[in-house]
Amino acid sequence: MIDVSSLTKRYGDKTAVDDLSFVVRPGIVTGFLGPNGSGKSTTMRLILGLDAPTSGGVTVGGKPYREHAAPLHEVGVLLEARAVHTGRSAYNHLLALAQTHGIPRARVDELIELAGLAGVARKRVGQFSLGMGQRLGIASALLGDPKVLILDEPINGLDPDGIHWIRDLLRSLAAEGRTVFLSSHLMSEMALTADHLIIIGRGRLIRDISVSDFVRGSSRNVVRVRTPQAGELRELLLGPGVRVSSDERSVLEIEGLTSDDIGRSAASSGFVLYELTPVEVSLEEAFMALTHDDIEYRGSDSTVTTTVNEQERIAA
Amino acid sequence: MNSAAITTVRPRNALAMRVTQRHVARSEWTKLRSLRSTWYTLLITAMATIGFGMIASAATASNWTSMSAGDKATFDPLSTSLLGVDFGVLAIGVLGVLLITGEYSTGMVRSTFAAVPTRLPVLWAKVGVFALVGFAVALPSTLIAFFAGQAFLSSQHIQIAFSHSGVPVAVVGSAVYLMLVGLFGIGLGTILRNTAAGIATFAAIMFVIPPLVGILPASLANAIDPYLPNNAGAAVMDITAQAHTLSPWAGLAVFAGYCAAALAAGAVVLMRRDV
Repeated sequence: MIDVSSLTKRYGDKTAVDDLSFVVRPGIVTGFLGPNGSGKSTTMRLILGLDAPTSGGVTVGGKPYREHAAPLHEVGVLLEARAVHTGRSAYNHLLALAQTHGIPRARVDELIELAGLAGVARKRVGQFSLGMGQRLGIASALLGDPKVLILDEPINGLDPDGIHWIRDLLRSLAAEGRTVFLSSHLMSEMALTADHLIIIGRGRLIRDISVSDFVRGSSRNVVRVRTPQAGELRELLLGPGVRVSSDERSVLEIEGLTSDDIGRSAASSGFVLYELTPVEVSLEEAFMALTHDDIEYRGSDSTVTTTVNEQERIAA
Repeated sequence: MNSAAITTVRPRNALAMRVTQRHVARSEWTKLRSLRSTWYTLLITAMATIGFGMIASAATASNWTSMSAGDKATFDPLSTSLLGVDFGVLAIGVLGVLLITGEYSTGMVRSTFAAVPTRLPVLWAKVGVFALVGFAVALPSTLIAFFAGQAFLSSQHIQIAFSHSGVPVAVVGSAVYLMLVGLFGIGLGTILRNTAAGIATFAAIMFVIPPLVGILPASLANAIDPYLPNNAGAAVMDITAQAHTLSPWAGLAVFAGYCAAALAAGAVVLMRRDV
C-alpha cells in the first residue's frame, strides 16, 4: 500500500508534482500514466525518499520509506534511468545490494536465474542491451521479496517475449497480494497489464480510475467527414452533446452523432460529402485527449478542437 | 521465464533482512573490489610510491661523487626514498573521489540510497572499507620504497637505518597519510558529486594552492604554509625539523582534521540533498 497525500515538489520555480494525492492498493496492478515530463519519475523518487517533498508526504506500508528497517523487503524498485554502475557485473551489482540487508547469495543466484540473466551475469553491465538492463532492474527489485513493487517504465526496451514475461510476472506478483505500481507513457500497454490507473499531467492528478471504467468511458464514436462545406456543416450539426473538431479545412471529426444521423442531415440540407467514415477511438487517443492540455512540450501542429461552448463563446 | 520460475519469487525461507552498518560495510567492500578501476588505481598508487622513491635514490647514489658539498649537506636519505609518496597522494586521492562520484555519474547512487535510505551508513562504510584497503596497500608501499631506496643509497654509504630516530614514524606515518588522503577524496567527492569537479578541487587543494601561497609576503606565507593540507600531511615524513614545519604527529593530526571536516560537510549535504 502506497499512500500519497498532497505531495508537492518544486525545483526552483518549476513545479514537478503539484498537490498530488492517491492510494495504491495491494493485490492489483496499478498503472501510473502520464505524458513524458508529467512528474511520474519524480513522484516515484519522492515515494522512495530519494528526493524530499516541498510539502505533503507519502507513506509505504504505513511509514515513510526511510523508517523501514529492511527497505528492500518493503519496496522493490526499478528506476527509469539505469541505476547501475556500468563497470560492475550484474552478479556483483545484485550481490552488493543484497548484502546491505544481509540477503544470502543463494537469493542472488535465484533471481539471476528467474530474470534470465544466467548467461550474462558475469559480464559488465555497461555491455548490456537495454532489455538485459531492464531484466537486471527487475531482478534487483525482487531481491528483498518486497511487499510493494515500484517500476518506472519496466517495459521500455524489452522484446515481445520480455514484455509477455513481465506482464505475467507482475500479474502473478499482484495475485500474491503484493502492491504493484508501474509507470508508463503508453496507454495501450497499461490497458493490457494494469487493473487500475492513476493518470497525471503536469504533476497533477487527472484520473484515479479502474481500467474497465476508463475503457468504458472512453469508447467514443467519432465520425470523419470530408466536405467542401465544412463550415456550414459544422454549424448545422453542432448541438448539445455534439463535439466537432477539425485538423484540416475540409475535414470534420464529429462526436456524439452516428454516421447515419450526419448523412441524413447533410442530405436534407443539400451538402456534398466526399467522405463519411465512422472511426473507432483507441484507448491511446482517449488518453491523449485527456492529457492533451497537460503536455508540457508539444509540437506546434496540434489539432484545433472546437466544442459547443467555445462556439457559443465565439458567437457571443 | 515460464510460470514455474515465477513462483520462486516467493520466499522459501524467512529471510532475516535488515540494514545494519556491518551489512552495508560488506556491501561496500563488494562494490570496491568489483570495479577494475579500484585495482588499477591502487596499483598506480603503489607503483608511484615505490617507483619514484627508487628512481630518486638510485639517481642520487650514482651522482653522489659529483654532487656539490652544498647538495650533500642538505641531502636527506629518508625523504629521498619517500619522494614517491607525493605521487601516490595524487592517485589515491583520485580513487577516493571516484569511489563516490562514480556512483553519481552512473546513477548507481539511486540504487544505493533506495537500499539504504538513511544514507549515512553508506558514507561511513565507504570510509571504513577504504581506510582498511588504502592502508593495506599504502603500508607495504612505503616500506618497500624506504628499504629499496636505502639499498640504492647504501652503495655510497649514505643510507639511513630504519631504527634511526623518527624513521619508523615517517615510514608508517606516510602510509597513514596516503590512507587519509583517500578519505579526504571521499569527503570532497561527497560534497561535489561530480568526478571532474572532485578531482580538480582535490588537485587544486593539494598541489596548486601551496605554490601560490609562496607568492605571499614571507611572514604571511611562513605562517600559513605549515597548515596547508599537503604540507601538514607531508610533515610526517620530515625528520630534519626545518623551520616553518609542523612536527610529524601534529602535521598528521592537522591533515586528519581536514579529512574530518570534508567528511562532516559531505555527511551534512548528503542528508539534505535530493539524489
